[in-house]
Amino acid sequence: MPAERSLSERVAAGEARAVARLISGLEDGEPRAVAALRSLHRATGKAHIVGITGPPGSGKSTLTDKLIRHLRGTGARVGVIAVDPSSPFSGGAILGDRLRMQDHATDPGVFIRSLASRGKLGGLSRATAAAARVLDAAGYDWVIIETVGVGQSEVDIVRIADTVVLVSVPGLGDDIQVIKAGIMEIGDIFVVNKADREGADRVVREIKGMLETAAALSMSQPAALLSQGGHHGASALTGTGAFGSTAMALDETGHPILPPIIKTVAATGEGVAELAAAIAAHRSNLATSGGLEARRLEGAVTEMRGLIAYRLLDELEGPKGRELEARLARAVVDKEYDAYEAADILFAALTQGGRA
Amino acid sequence: MERKIRVLVAKPGLDGHDRGAKVIARALRDAGMEVIYTGLRQTPEQIVTAAVQEDADVVAMSILSGAHNHLFPRVMELLAEKGVDDVLVVGGGVIPEDDYDFLKSKGIAAIFGPGTPTGSTIEFIRNNLKRK
Repeated sequence: MPAERSLSERVAAGEARAVARLISGLEDGEPRAVAALRSLHRATGKAHIVGITGPPGSGKSTLTDKLIRHLRGTGARVGVIAVDPSSPFSGGAILGDRLRMQDHATDPGVFIRSLASRGKLGGLSRATAAAARVLDAAGYDWVIIETVGVGQSEVDIVRIADTVVLVSVPGLGDDIQVIKAGIMEIGDIFVVNKADREGADRVVREIKGMLETAAALSMSQPAALLSQGGHHGASALTGTGAFGSTAMALDETGHPILPPIIKTVAATGEGVAELAAAIAAHRSNLATSGGLEARRLEGAVTEMRGLIAYRLLDELEGPKGRELEARLARAVVDKEYDAYEAADILFAALTQGGRA
Repeated sequence: MERKIRVLVAKPGLDGHDRGAKVIARALRDAGMEVIYTGLRQTPEQIVTAAVQEDADVVAMSILSGAHNHLFPRVMELLAEKGVDDVLVVGGGVIPEDDYDFLKSKGIAAIFGPGTPTGSTIEFIRNNLKRK
């Protein structure tokens, strides 16, 4: 009998149970899983990662279902990670995205995994990037990440995905105006789903108007100026989408190339072929322009920052952290320290234990 | 970090009634579990693949069509074929008590009939997980 194969070997061989187990281990932060992912790291980077994001009910899951079908038609293997919110009260979750993709359940070329956000804000879960890498290492050619239904500022997907598809729908009324400043900035491809409904063309016009304004701005100002507004908030977003720190791509005449806007009716599959073509075009564009490397560099930065933040948070929420925190809180209230001094002490204590 | 219990809630068979499944899904969520809800008319093959990919600790199936004596054992067979022996499988719905022993002999750990308080189901799951 040959020796029992390691978890990473089984993942590399595409064994579904091993893939599933490794993703769980990474969700739970198990050292064994982290080690397995490490030995798979060199085998990653081949898959193209597509993020599908948009408001709740915009049809992300149905669109994903249809995209899977289309990509499978090309013979490619498709991995899907679908994130749904955890309850902030019970910590539990109902993960229902899979419901719309169950037709693919028995297709061995498709792997679908649901993740709960587990208290993470930003539209993804802590382990989403790692889970995508596991599917990549397991040989899936495409990894589709479906975010939590997002509102305005859940833009983490832009850090993980190579291509971000932002899904809008008619009937959100003025909401389209409101979200312009947040998630509307991260789309590489814009989809107006449920396009058989009244108002679809208006949504297309509004998105187009927004993109043209952004293009005009990027023509008249250096990119560095444009990105200044992006450096606030916990995610320290600089933006890699249509606008942000990276300037828009230009055509031969020097005009910015606007991201495509595609009308779809996911329920019937209308427009899905066009969407897939747009994703493929974006993919080859990234490969030739060097944009892919830029994105992945930014992604690596974000992931490292996230890991540091989580580590501090875990330390803070561990028994030692809690105890010290409680003592320092008392000291602040008793006017022994101010909050800044207390934070210095706490930070120093938490970072001491780490390996150098 | 405490490991989350992941439960696949599935409706095998052809009946179109998923109220019970939704009630239990909600109760498990409120008990802090992560519930993967796969919806109506699932084949045993779909259920088992989903359980593997989702790395479920528990598969909870609800059935009202009367086909439980065929579908539940079939799920157990497929799990065994895939070498999955650490998933707790429970059933619910309209199942005559006369069939309980047969289903348990096939590996269904418990059957929760109509009127079972959701608290008992939750407690049973917590106390009988095969994976720690």
